[in-house]
Amino acid sequence: MSAPPTASAILPDDSGPQPTAEDRWRALRTVSRGDVAYRVVLTALALALPLLLATIALELAVGAWPALRQFRWGFLTRSIWDPVAGDFGALPLIVGTLYSSLVAMAIAVPLALGVAIFLTEFSPRWLRGPVAALVELLAAIPSVIYGLWGVFVLIPVLREWLWPAVKPALDWLPIFKGVFYGPSVLAAGVILSIMVLPYIASVSREVLLAVPAAQREAALALGATRWEAVWTVILPYGRAGIVGAVILGLGRALGETMAVTMVIGNTHEISGSLVQPGYTIAAAIANEFAEAVTALHLSALVYVGLVLFVISVVVNALARALIWRVARGSAAGSAAL
Amino acid sequence: MTGATYGAAALAVLPLAAILGMLVMKGAGSLDWNFFTRSSVPLGESGGGFAYAIVGTLIIVGLACAIGIPVGVGAGIYLAEFGSGALGWLVRFVADTLNGVPSIVIGIFAWTWIVRPTGKFTAFAGGVALACILVPIVARTTEEMVRLVPNSLREAALALGYPRWRTSLQVVVRTAGSGIVTGCLVATARVAGETAPLLFTALGNQFFSTRLFEPMAALPLQVYVYALGPYDEWHRQAWAGALVLIMMVLILGIAARLVTRTRRVSA
Repeated sequence: MSAPPTASAILPDDSGPQPTAEDRWRALRTVSRGDVAYRVVLTALALALPLLLATIALELAVGAWPALRQFRWGFLTRSIWDPVAGDFGALPLIVGTLYSSLVAMAIAVPLALGVAIFLTEFSPRWLRGPVAALVELLAAIPSVIYGLWGVFVLIPVLREWLWPAVKPALDWLPIFKGVFYGPSVLAAGVILSIMVLPYIASVSREVLLAVPAAQREAALALGATRWEAVWTVILPYGRAGIVGAVILGLGRALGETMAVTMVIGNTHEISGSLVQPGYTIAAAIANEFAEAVTALHLSALVYVGLVLFVISVVVNALARALIWRVARGSAAGSAAL
Repeated sequence: MTGATYGAAALAVLPLAAILGMLVMKGAGSLDWNFFTRSSVPLGESGGGFAYAIVGTLIIVGLACAIGIPVGVGAGIYLAEFGSGALGWLVRFVADTLNGVPSIVIGIFAWTWIVRPTGKFTAFAGGVALACILVPIVARTTEEMVRLVPNSLREAALALGYPRWRTSLQVVVRTAGSGIVTGCLVATARVAGETAPLLFTALGNQFFSTRLFEPMAALPLQVYVYALGPYDEWHRQAWAGALVLIMMVLILGIAARLVTRTRRVSA
């Protein structure tokens, strides 16, 4: 019969060379290999983003190079678009893009601010959730559906009801001059304003929520009405963020393609009038890219796409910087996704 | 002024009601079995459908998700776990910038990068273009969700001896899991409705095709083409297609909300 194992037979033998302090220190500092691999994989995936942006810029520049070399800066100031003769000047596109976006902002900014103030200040608590959800739903509707609605509902309504009603009163103004066929800068501006409103509203709302409650309470304590508190204290406090929200919306409006190309009329002409057709950079690319025959035409379209890319990067960077100043830390801009 | 803000809110919600109402009114009547199973038929014949477009969208969006979601989630986890340094700032800035790039510019990029060298319009190029739009959105929402996990969970796991990679994967990311899924679903819904990047990458196809390296139809593309066509039959189908598209987007959105709700109930 063998004796039961003694403690010294089971426990590790402590009699060999003892670990030194340096050994113990080194053991504490060793990084697990799993950690290194994890960090490397994640860093590689994260680096894909700057790499992607750089590749986009590079490919656009390479594609635009033939047109860049031929037309240089004159491309941005001339008003001709002749694929047959190979002569291109994108001024109507740039002007049209800015014009339609400005009209959209003029309509959307007051409404969006009103919605944001409504949701943060005046709305009863039970109404806040549903209204916020509905406004965000506007952002979820695909652009092509806005275009479809614009072509079959908005343009006939504008052409047959609204315009005949206001024409006698407004016809003398240069921005309303001309025959209203339907597809026009005005129609594009209205559709763009509906598309852009949810972005401005949601980011403005985040900015207004980031204003410290103490400011509002102080204003109310000093006897201001709710509206006076909003107008004199809260809005000025969040002013930078709201400007950022507006610029973010502008960035969206500048790049919007499908809805605009379906309702703006697609003519390479600058006209000051809202009721005349126009063209935007994105709409021109959408319409002509798949059918461009000559390499120079394609390159001119990529050139104008590069211009749009640069404008949108600058506008977005500006907007994010302004929003970050007020709604620091919160991913307020990401809420506008 | 209270009334003015109520008015602004009402005016903002009005177009939504108008659009959705019009979609249902004009599109619901055309949604029959044929619509979902048959493909395009010659003009003058009846019984055509959008099966080729619906399947095309599913394939292209599926491809975009397969490429974009791993990269986006990985980048998002990096930003949340290791993103406090200069590289993190750069990646965050780039993600926000990419979010603001117009989708047509992404389409041009995919055209110069894939279509021009290979010489053909392919569903693969369309999927890559959509993936480029998907990645920055998923990265930012994933970062937000992982950031929301309380630090005490991390510290508890580390205190129990887990290496950093295991705490990150098995504890932190798992806790943020439903939020990440929600973000991916919302981003997928956004990308499913994109038309502009597909205009000259996947190009669209009149016929039913599931081949990745050939042009492929997509639902928003077909709605666009049919809406601008001169035939009433096409317009009718465009409305129905638009209704199917918005239903897809809404279903993804509802699924996203359900995911967070289930998680909260079981927690």
